[in-house]
Amino acid sequence: MKHEYPIVLKGLNHWFGTGDIRKQAIFHLDMSLPQGSFTVLMGPSGSGKTTVLTLVGALRAVEEGSVRLMGTELHAADEAVLRWARRQIGFIFQAHNLHESLTATQNVMMGAMVHSGVADAPARAAARHALDLVGLSHRLDYLPEKLSGGQKQRVAVARALVGNPSIILADEPTAALDKDSAAEVVDLLVRLGRERGTTTLMVTHDNRILERADQIMTLEDGRLVKTETSRSP
Amino acid sequence: MSRILQFLFGRLPIGWLQLSHNRGRFIGALTGVAFANLLIFVQLGIMNAVAGATLKPYEFFTADIMISAEDANALNEGSNVARQWMLMALSDPQVTDGIGLLVANLPWERDTGSISLTTFGIDPGMTTLLSPDIASRVDLLRLKDAVLLDRRARSIGRDEAAGIRPQTPLRFESDGRSLSIQDTFSGGGGFGGDGYLFTSDQTFLSLFPARQSGAPDHILLRVHPFANVAQVIDRLQNLIPDKTLRIRSYAEAQAQDLTYQQRQKPTGVIFGFGVLIGVMVGLVIVYQVLSSDVADHISEYATFKAMGYGPAFFMSIILEEALVLGLLGFIPGVMAGTGLLALMAKVTSLPLTMTVSMAVTVFVGTVVFSVASGMVATRRVIAADPANLF
Repeated sequence: MKHEYPIVLKGLNHWFGTGDIRKQAIFHLDMSLPQGSFTVLMGPSGSGKTTVLTLVGALRAVEEGSVRLMGTELHAADEAVLRWARRQIGFIFQAHNLHESLTATQNVMMGAMVHSGVADAPARAAARHALDLVGLSHRLDYLPEKLSGGQKQRVAVARALVGNPSIILADEPTAALDKDSAAEVVDLLVRLGRERGTTTLMVTHDNRILERADQIMTLEDGRLVKTETSRSP
Repeated sequence: MSRILQFLFGRLPIGWLQLSHNRGRFIGALTGVAFANLLIFVQLGIMNAVAGATLKPYEFFTADIMISAEDANALNEGSNVARQWMLMALSDPQVTDGIGLLVANLPWERDTGSISLTTFGIDPGMTTLLSPDIASRVDLLRLKDAVLLDRRARSIGRDEAAGIRPQTPLRFESDGRSLSIQDTFSGGGGFGGDGYLFTSDQTFLSLFPARQSGAPDHILLRVHPFANVAQVIDRLQNLIPDKTLRIRSYAEAQAQDLTYQQRQKPTGVIFGFGVLIGVMVGLVIVYQVLSSDVADHISEYATFKAMGYGPAFFMSIILEEALVLGLLGFIPGVMAGTGLLALMAKVTSLPLTMTVSMAVTVFVGTVVFSVASGMVATRRVIAADPANLF
């Protein structure tokens, strides 16, 4: 089911800690990301970017306000709903977090097999196709330790994309990459996002990426201080 | 292995791939599990040896009923019983034969050191209550100072035992009295003695002058082949006026002796604790292996969690690891256990052997305690916070 705005945040507040050390990290945040858009979330360290990402990714409980993912409210959602929400998302982490004992194909298969009912053979075929898309068809059976940093991140991208998610959440995916590798990864995300209508929210400090974004949102001290729209998605 | 596990779990064998990825640590983990297995095998072997050694002397006789003093918990323990009760028991129409069994330990100073032989004094004319192995040789005991020696007694060499024949008896002295070993039979060392010796009641009484023919240690009875042993026991309990006596079936006497050796004698209790400690060490080893494996891969588990995998998935990975460790650790464990028990049996003359039931018990136990450890280790995975990945 398609949603015009797959990610909608309304009046979102979030705190860390309890008692005297309780500190508010996010202040009344409103945000709506259109389907197929590529949004960059910027801001200085400690501004709350990662907190937003974890709240949207159903990795942290929503304390106050609303986070709607594909039309489903995550505030006060139970574990089963949160798990469902996570399955709608392709995560790309800064540290790629590949499983060291699984080959590139096996790592990507895990992204496909999270959807119940996906058998081994179709998952393997989908993984090989995804790795082909990211230009790693010659590294299918390589363990992560045998891949370069850029190749690992491309495997992580393939793992995020293989389940054909509605949403991609990426946290500094190009931080550890050289200029060419970073450009390759971003091109890939933008291209596949356009082709598949995937909504992407990326946290980055990398200025090279900004020109590719549809929206640039800037957070400071947990508040959204600026939203720039470069073009319509 | 990969394909078997993939078939079993219906997914990538992540547990196996994870364990086998670091071969050095995997071998170390398997060695740990194998060691725990070995520990349990040795303790179980000793426990079984207690049982084997306890029951072995009962195999020398073919009784149906045994009469003992109330404090006689074992064949070689307790007070004596009056021989007259045997004569009274023989008056029961279903009791066909009876024998007074004299038991004492006889020292034998050998070149290799002193050994103590559990010596049975019997009436050589009463062959129906003896096992075929003993009965076929018991006539030799009619000779004065003649004995039959356990050829598997400690410090008795195979060649030495093979040379003992009625035509070439072996003479030795005990407490200044010369005895003649006429032949041998198969017994084995135990925890209460180094082997067994059979002699006539007359020779026995001359060896142990303090003993009397009218006061054997036990009375063994045989009943008619179709008699109901329980009913005969009931009748004997009514017939014999000494109500302190333990009148039991022979099987019951063996079972009670075994229980006594395993649960009341210090050796049995110590070996029982040994098994328990072996199991606990095994649990700790497997838990440590699984727990450190979980800690090493916690960010990867958290990644899977962020992707939408649930607790059942993580549990199946840990259980897969536990099964792999349990199965593959068992193989070297059972091999080393078999070898070590054989070596110990050779050195001690105790019936220490690897039995199928021991192997099955330890195998099932290993898998169960591996899985139990895995269940505990799974809690850390389930508690992993995927939000920390960002």
